[in-house]
Amino acid sequence: MPEPEHKATAEHAETAENRSFSASSAVTKVRELSFAEAIREALAEEMRRDSRVCILGEDVAEAGTPFKVLSGLVEEFGKERVIDTPISEAGFTGVGVGAAMTGVRPVVDIMFGDFLTLVMDQLVNQAAKVHYMSGGTWKVPLVVRATLGATRRSAAQHSQSLHAWLSHVPGLKVVLPSTPYDAKGLLKTAIRDDNPVVFFEDKMTYKMKGPVPSDEYTIPFGVADIKREGRDVTIVATSSMVQVALGAATLLDEVGISAEVIDPRTTWPLDERTLVESAKKTSRAIVVDEGYLRYGVTAEIASVIAEGAFYHLDGPVMRLGAMHVPIPFSPPLEDATVPTDRSVFEAACKLCKRP
Amino acid sequence: MTTATNRSAADSATAVERLIRMYRRMVAIRLFEERVNDLYTRALMPGLAHLYIGEEAVAVGICEALAGDDYITSTHRGHGHCLAKGASADRMFAELLGKKSGYCKGKGGSMHIADPTTGNLGANAIVAGSAGIATGAAFSSKYLRTNRVVVCFFGEGALGQGVLYEAMNLAQLWKLPVIYACENNLYNEYTHYSETTAGEILARPAAFGLAAESVDGQDVRAVYGTAARLVDRARRGEGPAFLLSNTYRFRGHHVGDVSRDYYRTKQEEQRWMVERDPITILADGLIERNLADRAQLDRIHSELTSEMNAAVESALAAPYPTPDEAEQDVYA
Ligand SMILES: Cc1ncc(C[n+]2csc(CCOP(=O)(O)OP(=O)(O)O)c2C)c(N)n1
Repeated sequence: MPEPEHKATAEHAETAENRSFSASSAVTKVRELSFAEAIREALAEEMRRDSRVCILGEDVAEAGTPFKVLSGLVEEFGKERVIDTPISEAGFTGVGVGAAMTGVRPVVDIMFGDFLTLVMDQLVNQAAKVHYMSGGTWKVPLVVRATLGATRRSAAQHSQSLHAWLSHVPGLKVVLPSTPYDAKGLLKTAIRDDNPVVFFEDKMTYKMKGPVPSDEYTIPFGVADIKREGRDVTIVATSSMVQVALGAATLLDEVGISAEVIDPRTTWPLDERTLVESAKKTSRAIVVDEGYLRYGVTAEIASVIAEGAFYHLDGPVMRLGAMHVPIPFSPPLEDATVPTDRSVFEAACKLCKRP
Repeated sequence: MTTATNRSAADSATAVERLIRMYRRMVAIRLFEERVNDLYTRALMPGLAHLYIGEEAVAVGICEALAGDDYITSTHRGHGHCLAKGASADRMFAELLGKKSGYCKGKGGSMHIADPTTGNLGANAIVAGSAGIATGAAFSSKYLRTNRVVVCFFGEGALGQGVLYEAMNLAQLWKLPVIYACENNLYNEYTHYSETTAGEILARPAAFGLAAESVDGQDVRAVYGTAARLVDRARRGEGPAFLLSNTYRFRGHHVGDVSRDYYRTKQEEQRWMVERDPITILADGLIERNLADRAQLDRIHSELTSEMNAAVESALAAPYPTPDEAEQDVYA
């Protein structure tokens, strides 16, 4: 396993505490926040802590974005730091790269992840390569927040999950939080990171509530989280698919299959060790991700598990992802294109050789 | 042989027919959109809906200047463009509801209506996403000598996108028959365009040498007159143009955008709706000049109302596609 992941794991030995914060909730106040509120709180805290942090994007100020994720930030930080841009994704992301190189720590808002296609040059040829090409002299402490996820009936240009594209590029880090707790801790880490980080938020998760401690915490990159322990099958799931995997795990319980659900939380750096260890323990693994199956995140994770746990596995690593089609608008079509509790359940039954 | 007086009488007869036709089209769009709003608020329509109410004169005036086989590209706020180019309401409603009988078999929805039979290259949910497509269609027209003109509809928000300028530059270099039709309804979503747009809008296309004009987008006669001139010019091979229509959307950015106080005032909305409604402006003009009477206009209204209601009913009753269709049409 490459060095950085080891380092991330070791460096943040306090992660265990982070994960089991509920145990210490006697001292730490834990509230229920929505995913959107957790994002907003992370941004507000980091903006209070560091005046170099600013937000750039379309309708981020008074409108607080169409998803209302940023509501209230302009009131606290003003229009000098919560900056509305024209509809110029390539332009303002490029400005983000240059500003990041020269002392600002911008958080760029890409309303729909589908619009990442418009900023690929800025992210892939510029941001990702500056540090390396300059022999490690320039840094790009840039965060790009984008959304992913289908089933909002938003059709082919507003529903894609394109995180695999970014995960493919050396120099970028890619974060996929699945809970309010993870969203807050990971976003704070992203803002403090000296590298370009692409941070994906599932649109359907914005309203999901979950416990978030009021005390300061961060979550390191490259550390997977075991969302549920189990013995018979490992389900690795990302972002929107974590709840799907947990739903499937509940169904599996009913037929006597104990599923372990693991959320890598970052596709790069990737916590290979935790994934492999779990697969070794259960002897079976399924990978679920809302991006396209072909050449996607599931393929990479499945190969990591296959290589690392081959002699412990009872069968091939299975993968579930988006059907290889542009996301259709019509509800019965769209619903057929993404994994569900049921399809994950069925895959697990098959793998466990249950009827 | 036709005498001069005969000819001008015939001309003015067609001119009146044209005005009535444009009136009818504008009312059709208005009624269509009111039904979209209703379907959406009754949770019968999935997804997003960006209404064209208030802007009807722009699409209708411009499409009136086009021939049936001329092309258009449209936007997320595209229902008006599609109807103005000749789309039928029932297949549009069906598409908006995700039904198999819709223009795109339910795959596209509100933001992606496309229809080759009316020259509609497609609505686009990427702001400025069709700048290249429209310019490419104009390239075809010249390359294949079809003499078709293309209209690229977009909101003033698209002025923020670099691809628009790359496309305009190419169009002017190659003298392509394309009209860039900018609908300035004052707001990019929830932000006034003055906060996102530096300098004068018309100075931008003018810098590339395009014929650049602006028009009162609430006055369908003015829109038609200006568009017709620019379209003829393009068809004669004299190159692309930029037509800025000043207009206003009467409703929210999308149907769900109901509390708008933080970005525009109720008074402003009222002023536009009361004083600058394109349908009222044309109706008043027709009646004032004795070209139509109220009863005739009311008849148009009630005919279209029944037509639209029937279209909604048939779309609601139409079947959904079956899930296996999700995998069809990915490749040609
Ligand atoms: C590339 C891109 N960026 C952002 C959006 C989100 N978005 C949808 S409509 C819109 C505003 C468009 O304003 P304008 O072009 O003026 O058209 P209007 O909605 O006013 O008709 C925005 C920002 C998008 N669809 N595509």
